[in-house]
Amino acid sequence: MEAAHKLQGLRDLWSLIRGLQITGDALFRRTVTVHYPRREVGNLESFRGPIELVPRPKEPLKPKCIACLLCMQTCPSSCITVVRRKAPKLAAEQTQPAAAAGDEKVKKPAAPKEPERFLYDYSLCSLCGLCAEVCPVQSICFSSDVYLVSQRREEFRMDLLAKLQEQAGAAKGSGEKTV
Amino acid sequence: MLKIIFTEDFIRIILAAVSVMAFVGANGLVLVYMERKLAGHIQRRPGPYEVGWHGLLQPFADAGKLVGKQLFMPDGVDALLYWLAPLVSFLWVLVLFIPIPFSPSLTAYDMDLGLVLILAFAGINLLALCMAGWGSNNKWSLLGAARAVAQSVAYEIPLLLAVLAVAFASGSLNLSTVVQYQGGWPWQWNVITQPLAFVVYFICAVAETNRAPFDLPEAESELTAGFHTEYSGMAFGLFFLAEYAKMIVVCALATALFLGGWKGPLFSGVWWFLAKMYLLLFVMIWIRWTYPRVRFDQLLNINWKWLLPISLANLMATALFVKIF
Amino acid sequence: MHYDLNREQISGDVYTNRFAQGQSEDTLILNMGPQHPSTHGVLRVILELDGEYILRAEPVLGYLHRMHEAMAENRTYLQYMPNMGRVDYVHALGWNWAYVGAVERLGGIEVPRRAEFIRVITCELNRIASHLLWWGTYLLDLGAFTPIMYAFEDRERILDILQSVSGSRLTYSFFRPGGVAFDLTDDFLAEVRSFIPHLRKRLPMYRVLVTDNIILRHRCEKVGELPLEMCRRYGATGPVLRGSGLVHDVRRAEPYGVYPELAFEIPSEATCDAMGRYLVRMAELEQCLNILEQALAEIPAGEHLVKGAPKPRWKAPAGETYFATEGARGKIGVHLVSDGSATPYRCKLRSPSFSNLSLFAELASGILLSDAVSILGSLDLVIPEIDR
Repeated sequence: MEAAHKLQGLRDLWSLIRGLQITGDALFRRTVTVHYPRREVGNLESFRGPIELVPRPKEPLKPKCIACLLCMQTCPSSCITVVRRKAPKLAAEQTQPAAAAGDEKVKKPAAPKEPERFLYDYSLCSLCGLCAEVCPVQSICFSSDVYLVSQRREEFRMDLLAKLQEQAGAAKGSGEKTV
Repeated sequence: MLKIIFTEDFIRIILAAVSVMAFVGANGLVLVYMERKLAGHIQRRPGPYEVGWHGLLQPFADAGKLVGKQLFMPDGVDALLYWLAPLVSFLWVLVLFIPIPFSPSLTAYDMDLGLVLILAFAGINLLALCMAGWGSNNKWSLLGAARAVAQSVAYEIPLLLAVLAVAFASGSLNLSTVVQYQGGWPWQWNVITQPLAFVVYFICAVAETNRAPFDLPEAESELTAGFHTEYSGMAFGLFFLAEYAKMIVVCALATALFLGGWKGPLFSGVWWFLAKMYLLLFVMIWIRWTYPRVRFDQLLNINWKWLLPISLANLMATALFVKIF
Repeated sequence: MHYDLNREQISGDVYTNRFAQGQSEDTLILNMGPQHPSTHGVLRVILELDGEYILRAEPVLGYLHRMHEAMAENRTYLQYMPNMGRVDYVHALGWNWAYVGAVERLGGIEVPRRAEFIRVITCELNRIASHLLWWGTYLLDLGAFTPIMYAFEDRERILDILQSVSGSRLTYSFFRPGGVAFDLTDDFLAEVRSFIPHLRKRLPMYRVLVTDNIILRHRCEKVGELPLEMCRRYGATGPVLRGSGLVHDVRRAEPYGVYPELAFEIPSEATCDAMGRYLVRMAELEQCLNILEQALAEIPAGEHLVKGAPKPRWKAPAGETYFATEGARGKIGVHLVSDGSATPYRCKLRSPSFSNLSLFAELASGILLSDAVSILGSLDLVIPEIDR
């Protein structure tokens, strides 16, 4: 019994040495830190960053969005604001001939199904993805922007239409073909 | 009057004091960097990296930060105690360097009672901790100070006994004599003739300097920084520096007593002393980043139930040995 | 409300004033928290100390109350998903599962088999990440600064794996009523397959560095002895309960998903102390790896979300359900009451840490301050979950 006790004592002290061995071994191995910004992490494509609008294939300056406002209603944090584009007002010359021809109703042109404004408040967004899932035309996608930083809250209130124009312009500028 | 000032001894002491301060300052900087780099690499991260090449200028950035911070005094503190505590904590450490023989020519003052001086002045730190703990008007600081007192007082005794054993074996309390008594090669050092004393001394040294695993007085995760919770800026910097200076003292003392001081196989000199001292500092840092903290009653248990009997038995065995042979 | 603006008279707050001074005058009344390095989150514990010994302790909650249950009444069933990731962000998928399970029970929604396996795989990966985080922070509380870095090395790999499928690293809203949001890729499966042996190799190192360490053993053994009847009184579940000897796991007691088909053991220790709870969690890491291996081997092809899954404005049939899952901290329960509209009438969240914390007041009388820190760490509390 005494011997077992003493043996346990020695084993206990040996556990201290073993602990030192492990940290000593770690001391001489390479560090696992990624030295940002000299190097960057490599797995950013799957990251859900702030949302972006997906451009129409044939008109890269316009988003696929049809201004159904589903994303606005679905967002739990109310961070999306979409304003529908109103129907264009007809000038007087255009209504006159129709009225003269005896039509009672003047055909009003339909409102185009596109957003006039698409505002996104990233400071409220919880990156849940419900807007992207519920959009019937898949007009919302996630950017992989992990480096979005700012010192002012205004920069987190983004105008996604303007951002789309920027991206389309950049794509054109770099000579990419948009079919 | 002038005759007293310009005696050789006096000038020597003044020079020694100034060079000790420079030494402590320089070594403090090196130690800060070493600790942070070693801690980083043990934790698989690079440690300081940005300031200077691989972070070499980090200690200067730290010093600059500490000097530049606002020195504030919380409401209700005892001003005298609060401001005196960091000064007392730091200044006395400088005295401890005087008897340590860095090399035959680099001893500040070769005293016959060098060991006694060091052991006597080692207790003043308690005063500083008590002043900081009480004067901070903070219950957490008070707890930290109370722990520190019990811990320091307890661990001084096996330290004393271990050191005395070496003094017995060497026949003198003069540190230079103790070094002379040892040889250049590792098997001629006192650590071979007094291994138990070395282990006991090292454990007590770690406890005296409040380093992990005995860092209860400044237990970050329990006491929110213990006795130096309320300090900022250079006041905290002085505590910080005092801790590193104390580490240097105990490691220098260990080198002189147990590891043959400035003697080496070839080319004896101060570089051997520094090398051995830094080896011991490396071990202290390594231990800090490996082990969790010991609980307070276990801390005192280790001392009273293990270290004290072992060092006492060691002392008696040494005394017997010396008497017979 | 009456606000007393006379500065001289204000000392402490309503809680400290209620915590009246004890009989002896030598005791210190101390606030541990809400800003404290070792209460995991904003937990405040009012302590009455006699030297180093705690005479009385009382946790004060509510510093992180974010009104999740009130938010449930103002959000549709689908809109509430992100909240579930934030209640206990360390084991977010456990809460995800409890909620979608309750919604599915309420609406009679079936879940495709592949989705069930995806849920098991991701939830177990999340459980491993949660235990690694617990391990690292527990040791940080005890004063060892390196194990957390080693644990986070492995945890980063898990977070990368879970990011590749769900897009988030911490607060997942990955589950949906009727399945999961995205399907797994082959990359994901390959990553998990290579991760399992990697972690298996690391676990012995953790044991040697920490579990066998004599200093840690002295900090955890015989600390916070929690008899089984006390666990029952307070409703403690999870590793806290299993560390006191009772083999109770929601995955076996109230089976859900495909857990009945998976073979795994339920570790338990009879020592009732902090070391028992520690060993239970370390053993659970092994069991998670076993479950992962089986799930990876048996995952079928199929849908990841049932056809006809609830749309955003889905109205649940009137009624109430309760669904419980085994989280890393214990039994996570969601009690949903529906009145037939698009938003729940009431959503009660049963948080395991709340019950686990309640026993701290009784446990903490007569122990040392360092032991209190050790106990709080061994209970594995996540304060956001307690306060919801």
